[in-house]
Amino acid sequence: MTGAVPAQVGALARRSIVRTIRQPAAVVFPLIFPIMLLLVNSGGLDASTELPGFPTDSFLAFALAVPFIQGALFSTMNAGTDLARDIQTGFLNRLSLTSMRAFALIAGQLAGVVVMGLVQAAFYVAVGLVVGVDFASGALGILVLFGFAAVISISFGALGAFLAFRTGSGEAIQGLFPLLFVFLFLSSMNTPRNLIGVDWFRVVATANPVSYLIECVRSLIITGWDGEALLLGFGFAVLIGIVATALAFFALHDRLART
Amino acid sequence: MAAQDNSIAVEGLVREFKKGPRAVDGIDLRVEPGEIYGFLGPNGAGKSTTVLMLTTLLPPTSGTARVGGYDVVKEGPKVRSVIGAALQEAALDPMLTGRDHLRLQSTMQGIARAERKERSNELLERVGLSEAADRRVGGYSGGMKRRLDLALALVHRPRLLFLDEPTTGLDPQSRTALWDEVGRLAREDGVTVFLTTQYLEEADVLADRVGIIDHGRIVAEGTPSSLKAEIGLPSVHANPVEEGDRGRLASVLAAFGEPLGDGSRDVVVRLREGLAGLPAVVRAVDDAGLTLASLEIQAPSLDDVFLAKTGRSLEGAGEGEADAAEPAA
Repeated sequence: MTGAVPAQVGALARRSIVRTIRQPAAVVFPLIFPIMLLLVNSGGLDASTELPGFPTDSFLAFALAVPFIQGALFSTMNAGTDLARDIQTGFLNRLSLTSMRAFALIAGQLAGVVVMGLVQAAFYVAVGLVVGVDFASGALGILVLFGFAAVISISFGALGAFLAFRTGSGEAIQGLFPLLFVFLFLSSMNTPRNLIGVDWFRVVATANPVSYLIECVRSLIITGWDGEALLLGFGFAVLIGIVATALAFFALHDRLART
Repeated sequence: MAAQDNSIAVEGLVREFKKGPRAVDGIDLRVEPGEIYGFLGPNGAGKSTTVLMLTTLLPPTSGTARVGGYDVVKEGPKVRSVIGAALQEAALDPMLTGRDHLRLQSTMQGIARAERKERSNELLERVGLSEAADRRVGGYSGGMKRRLDLALALVHRPRLLFLDEPTTGLDPQSRTALWDEVGRLAREDGVTVFLTTQYLEEADVLADRVGIIDHGRIVAEGTPSSLKAEIGLPSVHANPVEEGDRGRLASVLAAFGEPLGDGSRDVVVRLREGLAGLPAVVRAVDDAGLTLASLEIQAPSLDDVFLAKTGRSLEGAGEGEADAAEPAA
């Protein structure tokens, strides 16, 4: 009997979602923590909007892009630790003894991550609307935002899957999580790149792909339709996704030693 | 030709690990269709490594193995399609219910959608988990987890079943229930069962034939009764009241047979003349002025077989050794 791949993907995606929503901390924390950080930053950095050339007079609107990326980073950790736990407990061996395809395992896990990513995106958009953020790109822009949230969830989820298959350890992935946050802090999360006064920081932020992910979301919120920002954002998200997925497949191939 | 071949045939199977000795060092064995084969040995003997190779989860370093008529190296997917396995740890997701597990497993095994629910209910009932089916597995007892593990291994009606220490850590009642189910699978359904265990009683009660493995090698093989008959003679286990008399007691008993170190505090001797030699033993102990705290006669057990073949008792042997290390590159 050979399990049909779509059915396998569906079953694994369902499992990914079910086990996430049955762990309240895995759902609530990625929703609340980025919003808390957003509110704290907005309170402290609101004066930044007085800088000449600052693109908006609402720091809240400017910073609302950041939770989307933080949410994706949480996806990395959740996808990674879930898969690492499967390796550590032998659950992966159980699945390996079925007719499971490697593609189904990764796609199922990522499908679950995407669903959670969309839930997060809906929450951040709702918070933005509640606090009075005016989405410059309108309803269509919000749809594009959801599409982008799905893409970065896949990309960062694949990165988490790669780390899980490579290390086989949930603790190792949680240990790497702060490193991923360093990429966020060394980006244009709090200041537009052209207004960063410290040279080295501006250079690092310009070289940091996370800046372009944030700027893509930000453009939809405060600018409207900015083709360059969208292209760079989607481009880097897809590139990260392709590289991470390829690495995840190679690592899974090594991890699944079955003949 | 492989169709309906429920046998296991292993020749010269070897598995080497990095920075370690050979975990499995050239074993040969054959398990006939419908047979329960008990693979008995202490921790670190190579039992689990053998199971991993036979279930296609670990490639052998050398040697051949055919399971269900298929080569475990060249025909891995075909082997997996005819086997079920419950590996050493019941690998379950604590966040899922028993029913969730069965739904997932049946989908992954390619069971038709229409049949999944019925098959799940049938297996839940069979292992006595119908009432707990919608509870999360995190709240299950060890015995319930093992029974669910067995149900999951049976989802696709395998012809061969691998059970790696299925009753380790279970209470006697759960253990007996699992034995009953495994016995029924072999007798009524004709499933070939390859069972690893470190429990002598389990191998004795359940297995049609037993292979005893130590340091990666099979040191004895046969039916439990034939293996015990090989040893043949009973042993006397004596314990002096005075600790200081232990050496003298050992000297006295040595005159009646082969001294055995069984790992306990008893002085143990296999009686050369069998039970007929017992009166003389008692007289000799009395003549020597020794007072005994205990004196027992024990018929040969599988532990005696292990002791005879390896010079060590199975109880406690291999403690601290890991069965599966990191695979060699």
